[in-house]
Order: sequence, then C-alpha cells, then structure tokens
Amino acid sequence: MSLPGTDPTGPLNDESYIQLLAPDGTRTASEEFDPWLEDIDGDRLAALYQDMVVVRRLDQEATALQRQGELALWPPLLGQEAAQIGSGRALRKDDFVFSSYRENGVAYCRGVDLTDMIRVWRGNRPSGWDPYEINMATPQVIIGAQTLHATGYAMAAKFDGDDVVAVAYFGDGATSQGDVNEAMVFAASFQAPVIFFCQNNQWAISEPVGLQAQGKLSDRAPGFGIPSYRVDGNDVLACLAVTRKALDHARTGGGPSFIEAVTYRMGPHTTADDPTRYRDANELEDWKRRDPIDRLAALLSAEGLLDEALRQRVQKAADEAAAEMRAGCINMAEPADLELFDNVYTAPHPVLARQRQHYERYLESFEAAEGGH
Amino acid sequence: MGIKVFKLPDLGEGLTESEIVSWHVAEGDAVQLNQILGEVETAKAVVELPSPFTGVVRTLHEGPGTTVSVGEPIVSIEVEEPGQEDGGKASGEPASQRQPNLVGYGAAAERNGRPARRPRRTAAAAGATAVPTAVAETVPQRARAAEHNGIAGAPAPGQTQDVPQLMPAAPVATERPRSTPPVRKLAKDLGVDLAQVVGTGDRGLITRGDVQNFHDAGSAAPVEAPASGTGGGWLAGAAEAETRIPVKGVRKLTAAAMVASAFTAPHASSFLTVDATASMELIQRLKEHKAFAGLKLTPLTITAKAVCLALGRHPELNARWDESAGEIVQQNYVNLGIAAATPRGLTVPNIKGAHRLDLRRLAEALGELAETARAGKTAPSDLRGGTISITNIGVFGIDAGTPILNPGESAILAVGAVRRQPWEYRGEVALRDVVTLSLSFDHRVVDGAQAGRFLADVGTILSEPAMVLAMV
Repeated sequence: MSLPGTDPTGPLNDESYIQLLAPDGTRTASEEFDPWLEDIDGDRLAALYQDMVVVRRLDQEATALQRQGELALWPPLLGQEAAQIGSGRALRKDDFVFSSYRENGVAYCRGVDLTDMIRVWRGNRPSGWDPYEINMATPQVIIGAQTLHATGYAMAAKFDGDDVVAVAYFGDGATSQGDVNEAMVFAASFQAPVIFFCQNNQWAISEPVGLQAQGKLSDRAPGFGIPSYRVDGNDVLACLAVTRKALDHARTGGGPSFIEAVTYRMGPHTTADDPTRYRDANELEDWKRRDPIDRLAALLSAEGLLDEALRQRVQKAADEAAAEMRAGCINMAEPADLELFDNVYTAPHPVLARQRQHYERYLESFEAAEGGH
Repeated sequence: MGIKVFKLPDLGEGLTESEIVSWHVAEGDAVQLNQILGEVETAKAVVELPSPFTGVVRTLHEGPGTTVSVGEPIVSIEVEEPGQEDGGKASGEPASQRQPNLVGYGAAAERNGRPARRPRRTAAAAGATAVPTAVAETVPQRARAAEHNGIAGAPAPGQTQDVPQLMPAAPVATERPRSTPPVRKLAKDLGVDLAQVVGTGDRGLITRGDVQNFHDAGSAAPVEAPASGTGGGWLAGAAEAETRIPVKGVRKLTAAAMVASAFTAPHASSFLTVDATASMELIQRLKEHKAFAGLKLTPLTITAKAVCLALGRHPELNARWDESAGEIVQQNYVNLGIAAATPRGLTVPNIKGAHRLDLRRLAEALGELAETARAGKTAPSDLRGGTISITNIGVFGIDAGTPILNPGESAILAVGAVRRQPWEYRGEVALRDVVTLSLSFDHRVVDGAQAGRFLADVGTILSEPAMVLAMV
C-alpha cells in the first residue's frame, strides 16, 4: 500500500513538467526555454556542477557538525540542489531573496559567508547575516511568512519604479498557509514583481504533499491570476531557464509568477527527524535515480567536459568550503553577554536599556570563576 | 599527539540520552574526519555518528545496548597533531573549561552535586568602601536575603551609585508614547517629539492628527495634560486617573477558580423567597436554651442545617462532574463550604462531615470556621474537598444574586438578608421576616426539577422548621 500522494502513477507524480535535462543526462530541446540558456556554455555548465557539488558537501558537513555536537540543529537540503542552484544563479545581484530555513544553496549563490550560514544553527546569534549585504533576508522559520515579506518588498520596488524582483522560497507545506495565499492575492492585485518559488519536495515534515493538495500545486496560482510553471526541480537547466523567464516577466512589468519545482527531500526534515518512520525506503531509491547532480555529471561526460581536471577542481572546491565551514563553526567566538541587547532596535530604546541595565547588574553580582571563562 | 574525547551530543532537540546501537570501528582503528563511527538511537531516530577527528580510536567508552547521557564520553581518539580540525581545543582540557551551550541542550548536567554557578560576590565586599559604618552592619543581612531569594536584587547602599543611571529622571517617561509606526514616521519627519504630544486616540494613542496639530501649533505651548494630580476630580482623593494593582495571591487564585468554574460548568440559577419568621423565632428560643449557651445562632446556622437535611433527600446536588472518567460522582457525605470574606480575599473553607453534626455542633463548627478564616489561619486542607457551598450575602444587606460554583462542586446557595417585609400571612398582609434563597447549580449534573425540589425543601425548613419531622 502506498501513502496518499506517493502513488507513482497518481496525478501528482505525472511528469508533466518542464524538463530540459533527463535523469540519464539527455538534453531535451525546447523552443520556449532554450533561448534562456543561450549563454550556458561548457564553462558555465561546469560552474553549475561545481555549485551543486559544493552545496551538497556543505550540507553534509553541517549535518556532520550537528552529529558531532557542534550545531544544535540543521535542516538538510540533500536532493534539492538543482532547484536552489538553478534558480539562485538566475538572480541579479540587486534582486532580493526571502527564503525559508532550507535555502542554504540559494544563500550560497548570494555569497553568504559560510560561517554566517551556520551561526543561527549553533545558537550563536539570533540571525546570521546582514540582509542588505547579499540582498537576502535572514531565513524565515515561520512557515510561509516570507511570501508576505517578498510581496511587500516587490510592491515597494514597483512604487519606487525599480526593476528589481523579489523571490520568495517556500515548500509544498507552506502552500496551505494563509500567509502564502494572502501574499498571492496581494501580488496579483498589485501586479508586484515577485516570484513564488515553491520547492515541492514531497514532504511537509511527515505529511506527504498529497494530503494537502488534491491537484498540482502549480494549478493553484492561476486561481489567483498568477501565471505558473511546473518544472523538474532536479533539472538545474530547467530551473535556471524558467526562473530567468519569470524574472524577465516581472522586471518588464508583467507581475508575479509561481514556479513549482518538483523535487525530493532525500534527507530528514531536520537532524532531529527520522524519515524512515513515515516513508517508504523504495521512494528514496526511486528519487536517487533522478539525482540532480548525477544527471548533470552525465551530460558533462557525454559532452566530454567532465575530465579529471574538472573533477579535481570541483573536489578541491568542495573540500575547501567544508573545511572553511568547519573551522568557522568550531572557532566561532561566543557573543558577549550584553550583545544580546544590540541591534534589537535601530535607535536607543528606554525599555530595552532598562532591561540591559538590570541584566548587567545581575551579571555583576557574580564573580568570575577562578581560572575559568 | 593527544587524546581527544568525543562526548555524546544532543542529536535531536533537547534530548538527554541515547542508546549505543552498534560500533562500526574498533579500538586501534584509524579513522578519518566524518567517518561513521557507529549508530546510536535517540528517542527520535537512529542516527549515524561521524567522527569529529582524524586519528586512531583508543577507547570505545560504552558498548552496544548501553544508554549514555548527553555529554558523557563515548569515543576517545588519538590525534596526530594537537590543534588539528577542531581549532586547537587542547586534549585533556580542564574539566572546568566552559563549553558553548548549544540551543536545545539546556544547562550541562551536574556531576559533583554542586551547582556550577559562579560564586557570588558578597555585598559586603562590593560595597565596603562606600558604605558608612552604621549601614555596614545591615549589609550581610541584605546579602543573605538576596542569597536566600536566589536573586541579585537588594544591592547594598553605596553600590547603587556605581551603576550607570540610564534613566535618571521620572520613570514614567521611560515608556515610549503610544502611537503607530506611520505616526512615528510623521513625527520624525516633522521633527515633533512625541513625548510632548498628548494623544487623543484610544487610551491615549497619539494619532496622525495629534502630531499634525502639535506641529501646526508651532509646538509653542505644550498642550496641557488632562488634569491629573490635582486630586480634586478623582475617587478617594487619588492622585492618578488609574491605579494598577498587581494580581497575585488570593485574588489570582480566586480569579482562576472563578474562570475555571464559570466556563466549564454551565450555571443555572433558581430563586425562592420565603417567610422565615418561624426560623427567627426558633433562633430566639434556642438562644435561651442552655445547650446553645454562648453559641452564635443566625439564619445561616438554620440554613446550613436545612441544606444538610435537604441533601439527604436530594443527593444529586451533592455530586461532582468527573470529566476524565466520564462519570458523575455522588458524594454520600457533606463537606459544607462557607464563603468567607477574609482580609486576604475570598476563601471557601468547608466543614468536614457536616451531615453528621447536630445543630449545636454545626453552630460551633460555623463559629470556628469563621473565626479561623478571619484570622487568615485557615488550613489548606479545610479549603479542599468541599461538596456544596453556602454564601451568606445577607450580611452585606443583599437580597439575591447568582453565585458562581466553587470549582468541583455542583451547587451553591446564597442566603440573602432577612428583612421585615409585608407578606401574606394567614390571609392578611403582615410584616414578616422574609429571606430570599438563590441557588446556582451545575446543569450538567443537576436538572432544574432536582434543584427546584432541593430549594423548596430548604425553604420549607426555614419557613416551617417543624416540617423537618416529616422529612427525616
């Protein structure tokens, strides 16, 4: 017996999605989308491959760091590299990303410092980075709330006459949230330059997507008056092309778009989760055959591009990134006690100042332990 | 060369222990960074443990099947160079070295029985130089008090002067004036200091119009605040428009009990007004009887007895609703609660086994209960286990009301004031001692007919005490 929504012959699993790179590495021609990939030459293909390998490696390193007691928690993105790299690499530097907590691949594309990427997960800081340095908001843990932020940002950009696009990343589970639906109403009403990028990774923690969607997620957006695309989320070229098209649409005054990237969360929801308790092992095997990195490697091999030099270069980049993240994690300086009160408000705030003063006095009532911290 | 110890991390969120399932390596094996050492099972999942170090496994501290607490050593690994990979945490690190406390880990478990708090600086030492001799003697006492309370409050005199005063002036000014972000923005744009603007919106909210008006007025004369502090306009000569009283103690318990009762038990009420002249006459006669000498006899005494007698005929009112068991528990004894206004607030102590007491002993018990309650000495056990309650609202000159059930009980009777009123008596209007009884009952447990019959019995006893002979 299969779980609802996981029936491979069911409506949710039909492969009526945009696919430019088949699981075996075959490149499919597309009149509509190939024009969006004209600049993707051998070097750029190799760069996309390197991005995906590095991001997977960082994800594995962070998972290991959690198992070693160095991080409190980590939400793995294993299996979703193509969706994140393909869309992330389509963005312009001045576009603005509003993501959930799993978009570390997108964060990597935005240029986030690798130590900042794990700061929150070590409990070191309430947030990891300055959003305006990389034009990516700090990850939203409240499911779907970031879609409203993105829509608001996009509305403001439109009011300002700016041609930047806001991109909201969220999962299949978030589509059931009121916030996401409200955001789509506003985005459509104001024709805001925002992209709703939904990574349908099939599982909202332990709930299969079929329990909260009787049809395709991409079919919901047209009901709001928002054009939508259903794309093979494990196909980095399709994700790149479709995102580019949606970005252009938004930038040129066309308004919002919805992209459903059909992918699979190959790992647990977080390091505190055990997916074997609620999903069939066969399912993972099926999706492994559609691995996003393997198929690009197959294409590169077929084109004669995946030589030893490239393999070594990519391996080295991944190793170095992992080592940088590990060192950054382990050597992360602990914040001083009173830094807790910094950056809560932009301007001095009397109530907070009073709390800070009380806490300072409390700390002063202790004496430093001998020879200790 | 050095030994590094891998301690069991919290692998879920807030887990305290894990069971070793298997080891994939043996002592003496060389391992790489992130090589899987083995598997452990937490309350949430079976997970693989990657090695945090590159080196040689020296000790596997626990075998498969063992449950290990978070923070206990599980594997010791001999590493090549000190300082590799983990950023130079030296091996054999002193036990006292502080580890970062990760999210979800909680405080580190204590091993030595003593809490790992840093020693407290004594107030005497801190304040010694600044404290005048006369005050110094009080300092240790303050310090002990602070220690006892587990708080760092009560700083010694002299110490407070060292603390930077961020808000030296009036504490009322520390709260930001109430307004909304767009209004704050407007104020900022217009250069208006919101602290000087008087809000006319809901509960003093500063509106856009207030800011605009203040600005248009050239902020010449600060608008006068509503006349507070003049003392004239307020109740009881209070200086402020509102006085905020912390909700605590009995008030807090009362509030919680009332909310719990009113919103779980569907209340219904019945009222009965009776001619209690016969009871009042009975009270007068009993007062002269030597068995009742020195005892306080009131309409409440007779009512309490009447309630106990009526419950014998209508035990359904002496019951409680057991939600978890899905049962109604009929109690075959009466613990009679009496609502008492005490200096600390409302309490409802009860007389245990009131159904076994004759009128004299019931009068005694009521007297003791009231005295104890007024002295604030009611034992907690006397507040628990009530089966039905009476509230004597007559003492306040009140006739009737809808009492709220004491939580866990199914009925409460309010006894109103006994008044000389014109009343039908033997076919004519006469001045009689009339009292109103107000009964609230839990309609889940008690039907209106049952409550009505019970109330009628109590009324009959009050109006014709001799009718007890026909009831028992």
